[in-house]
Amino acid sequence: MLAVENVTVHFGQLAALDGVTLDLGEGEIVAVLGSSGSGKSTLLRVIAGLQRPDAGRVVLDGEDLATIPPHRRGIGLVFQDHALFHHRDVRGNVAFGLRMRGDDGTAIDRRVRQLLELVGLAGYEQRAIATLSGGEQQRVALARALAPEPRVLLLDEPLGSLDRLLRDRLLEELQRIFAELSVTALYVTHDRAEAFALGDRVAVMRTGRVVQVGTADELWARPADEDVARFLGLANVRDGQVVRPEAVRLGRVDDGRDGDGVVESAVRQGPTVRVVVRLREGGELEAVVSSLEHPLPGDHVDVAVDPAGIVRLR
Amino acid sequence: MDSDRAPLSGRGFRALSYGVPLAFLALFFVFPLAAILERGLRSEGDLASPLDVVTDPVTREVVWFTAWQAVASTALTILVALPAAYVLGRFAFPGRALVRALVVVPFVLPTVVVALAFLALLPDGLERGWAAILVAHAFFNIAVVVRVVGTFWAGLDPRVSEAASTLGAGPWRRLREVTLPLLAPSLAAAAAVVFLFSFTSFGVVLILGGPSYSTIEAEIYNQAVRLFDLRAAAILSLVQLACVALTVWITLRLETRLSVAGHLRSERETLRRPRTRREWAVVAGSLGALGLFLGLPLAVLVERSLAVGDGHGLDAYRELTRPTSALLATPWEAVVNSVVYAAAATAIAVVVGGLAAFAIAGTRGGRVLDGLLMLPLGASAVMLGFGFVIAFDRWPVDFRSEPWIVPVVQALVALPFVVRAVAPTLRAIDERQREAAALLGASPGRVRREIDLPIVGRALAVAAGFAFAISLGEFGATVFLARPDSPTLPVAIFRFLGRPGELNAAQAYALAVILMGVTVVSVVLVERIRRRGNGGWI
Amino acid sequence: MRRRLLWLALVAVAVGAAAGCGGGDETPTEVVLVTHDSFAISDGVRAAFERESGLTLRILQAGDASEMLTKALLTAGNPQGDVLFGVDDNLLSRALDGDLFDAYESPLLENVDPRYLLDDEHRVTPIDHGEVCLNYDRAWFAERGIAPPESLDDLASPRYRGLLVVESPATSTPGLAFLLATIARFGEDGWQGFWRRLRANDVLVVDGWEEAYTARFSGAAGSRGDRPIVVSYASSPPAEVYFRAPRPTDAPTAVVESSCYRQVELAGVLRGARNEQGAHELIDFLLSTRFQEDIPLSMFVFPVNREAALPPVFERFAVVPADPLELPPGEVEANRDDWIDEWTRIVLR
Repeated sequence: MLAVENVTVHFGQLAALDGVTLDLGEGEIVAVLGSSGSGKSTLLRVIAGLQRPDAGRVVLDGEDLATIPPHRRGIGLVFQDHALFHHRDVRGNVAFGLRMRGDDGTAIDRRVRQLLELVGLAGYEQRAIATLSGGEQQRVALARALAPEPRVLLLDEPLGSLDRLLRDRLLEELQRIFAELSVTALYVTHDRAEAFALGDRVAVMRTGRVVQVGTADELWARPADEDVARFLGLANVRDGQVVRPEAVRLGRVDDGRDGDGVVESAVRQGPTVRVVVRLREGGELEAVVSSLEHPLPGDHVDVAVDPAGIVRLR
Repeated sequence: MDSDRAPLSGRGFRALSYGVPLAFLALFFVFPLAAILERGLRSEGDLASPLDVVTDPVTREVVWFTAWQAVASTALTILVALPAAYVLGRFAFPGRALVRALVVVPFVLPTVVVALAFLALLPDGLERGWAAILVAHAFFNIAVVVRVVGTFWAGLDPRVSEAASTLGAGPWRRLREVTLPLLAPSLAAAAAVVFLFSFTSFGVVLILGGPSYSTIEAEIYNQAVRLFDLRAAAILSLVQLACVALTVWITLRLETRLSVAGHLRSERETLRRPRTRREWAVVAGSLGALGLFLGLPLAVLVERSLAVGDGHGLDAYRELTRPTSALLATPWEAVVNSVVYAAAATAIAVVVGGLAAFAIAGTRGGRVLDGLLMLPLGASAVMLGFGFVIAFDRWPVDFRSEPWIVPVVQALVALPFVVRAVAPTLRAIDERQREAAALLGASPGRVRREIDLPIVGRALAVAAGFAFAISLGEFGATVFLARPDSPTLPVAIFRFLGRPGELNAAQAYALAVILMGVTVVSVVLVERIRRRGNGGWI
Repeated sequence: MRRRLLWLALVAVAVGAAAGCGGGDETPTEVVLVTHDSFAISDGVRAAFERESGLTLRILQAGDASEMLTKALLTAGNPQGDVLFGVDDNLLSRALDGDLFDAYESPLLENVDPRYLLDDEHRVTPIDHGEVCLNYDRAWFAERGIAPPESLDDLASPRYRGLLVVESPATSTPGLAFLLATIARFGEDGWQGFWRRLRANDVLVVDGWEEAYTARFSGAAGSRGDRPIVVSYASSPPAEVYFRAPRPTDAPTAVVESSCYRQVELAGVLRGARNEQGAHELIDFLLSTRFQEDIPLSMFVFPVNREAALPPVFERFAVVPADPLELPPGEVEANRDDWIDEWTRIVLR
């Protein structure tokens, strides 16, 4: 329903967007994944109408949006740092879009209550924005954007400023809310976990281009190039092929031999341990060990690779 | 970055926000001033070289004195006001709003009254001369520094200074290396206004300086009115205007250079009650000194208003409701006139200044407008008054004798204050707030109504209060207009002072006390609005 | 840029048109008096004029006498009003040279002492006179057993050292009148010596009458001044009585009669007046006994109309100097600036 076609935006010499093309289907959630400066926020601003593209166009439900000002596009945006209206209370923020489209008072009240319930802030109507925690502000921002039932919802790093625990919890809530309302959304983030968790498809952006679009599995299985592979979290990228860390098996050498390499570091990441081995023939290899027992830094190890874990890049 | 940011404000509004202030300025400032200057410069036939006036040793002496006394007055004012600005910018304490209101009182009092109070107070020998001039200028202008800098100070995040202290900076070091640089833009703005007022000072210099001191403004008056040498007056006006333009230009550059991007905090976050005994002592000491400095001359005025015969009484106040030969109205009517005129002037200043603030905050060309709006502060009131008389003398601009010309002139003086209160707040509004509103379906006009106006509303209210006070006290420019028989308070005070007899003098002082009262009440009322949120610079 | 200018012009015209709509060329219903800030008139007297003439009297106050005249000169030919009142003899030549007035000879002039008629062509009509005189604090001299001064010459005597405060002639009307008084008394070559002696006798020069009288002069009620002799007006003693509550039976101050310098205030019909007929009626009214008798207590000067009766407080406490000092207006106009410059050098530098 939303099509971004060949959009280019220049800031001076710099191309913030360089011929970006992206589709979004009805009820679909596409996560745009990219590091900072990759142009993903600019993409959102172009879609929202806050930034005029130098070339290309944005089409929504078959209609070219070029001449439509932001306030008539029916597109919602959740800002990175919320951009809540501090001069209004929670109700005033959530009701804003409803007032703009001319809803009457009781309808607004009903809808505000419903949305605050949805985001878990029931009874917060009269609270001042300044008294809310970061997570609460994020929920208000989401409720505000959802209230006027936008055709497309854009989210710009909505969880970026929150701590990890809170982020994980909100992530789940977002999944639930999106599913409940069958929202069509474009979700911009630099965090691949968020992207994979929320996106039906993930678009990877780099220096103003979309370099790959696909489901999480597709990307994981076939990264477009070494950079994408690295960005997705795949280590062991070398010579057009990727060795998945979980396919690497390590065996500790106990008999005084040098083995294939020496363990550089071993860091526990929840249920698994990430082990980096410096190979004797040069280079490093990353392995994921899921057993409680794992090699320690300084240990000499032998290395074996499951052939199924080797991905050849396109 | 925002080179081709999609504009959220319409072309029509932008034209309006530039057009109205520019038209106002062109019609009521540039046009009359140009008319009188042209008449003056041509008064001896052809345009002659102004060199003879400029190079005259008396002119040079006058310009030199005007400049250095203005610089010294500005420095003294800042020095005297800074402790109070600090206390108001950092601490919450009972009576804070009242203090903020009281400092405005000297600002609106007629010069003659204050000068006479100073004559009575200053010790023999010091009562006249340049020292008395500097002290009086500090007295008049302290409000500008305390309010502009104090309010800005209250917007600074105290944690920055706290961070410096954890890095090992002592209090003086913190003041010098952290606080003062952050305050610099507000200091520059306040200093510029104080400088302009001192530079164009007239009454204070004449009375407290004695006959041997003269500023450019006083010399313009002398040439134009006493000697009727319009040519010399016009040339001196140009010299003064050039100095003023230079000051404004330097200030704007300084402000740009010095301004450090950063969010102004709300006072709720920055102000706290004094905690230690030491802090209470600092608060009490600063305010006590300020109270003594401002309070003594004011106390003299109150005492004089009550002095009847050998004792004291309210006779002068009782007399105020009766017709008097000193005025073509009862003094009480003068109070009403003042309030009506000031309200009208405030309305004009808020509408025109508010629009200008949008232009100044929203576009790059706004700086020029900002500077232009400051110019009337430093233009010669005498010449502007004469300019009105000769410029507005025929259809379609035959309004030199219209009563509404009085609030228009007052608004001209109040405009820069409105702009300076509102523009920084507008600038500080996060653009994303407007974008968020637009994406929720608000048209550009609606965005201004729903986002800009409520946020700026309080700043506008503060500006309105200050404009009201300025208009109440404005004397210089209005006195040179031909007024119909509806005197304002300062004019009435002046008239009473101009006649012999005890009751006349007492009534003059009584009216000055009433003027003080009206000022305090109006400013306190505005403060109440202001305290509910952030709000501008003054 | 050009479009912007066009805009400005449009706005100016629109505003002007809105304001200009009211003006028409029907029979004028009002007469406008341009005057200085010290002008005053009782409500009843004003109402009487309006009733009898059928005209509304609009009063425009345009600053002090010099400011008023400056504005009148700037607008000569297209004046702000119909009648100008408040030019005094010191400013007269300037006003006449500026061709401000149309001649009008009021029939009421027959009641006016001819010595006040300063213009043979009747371009100006005398309305009041108020002499500038030395005032002194009677109590101050009585308490010390010192005789008050009796002449200008006395001021230079050591007995009156440090007792006099005067206004600067450069910035003050009474100050100028007093300088002229000394010139009239000591001659064009003698006044400089007198002022040198005054300076040596510790004369205090201040900027204006307000400061001299209310702050420096010891005789004004409520004043903390310590100078018992001041340059003020012949009408100041009755004012000190009239404005004191309760009213004293004796005037606290008195006038040195031989020091008085004459000042006549004049009115004229402004050239280009919109309501010339009304202007004539207004001049006649200003000379009528009704207005003339209102003058002393509203403006604290003396009427020129011999028929006008003085109020009791003036009868009792005011001195009308029989033979005040004076200089021909033309001579004043020709020399004023030089005299002031010379005075400044002698007294202030």
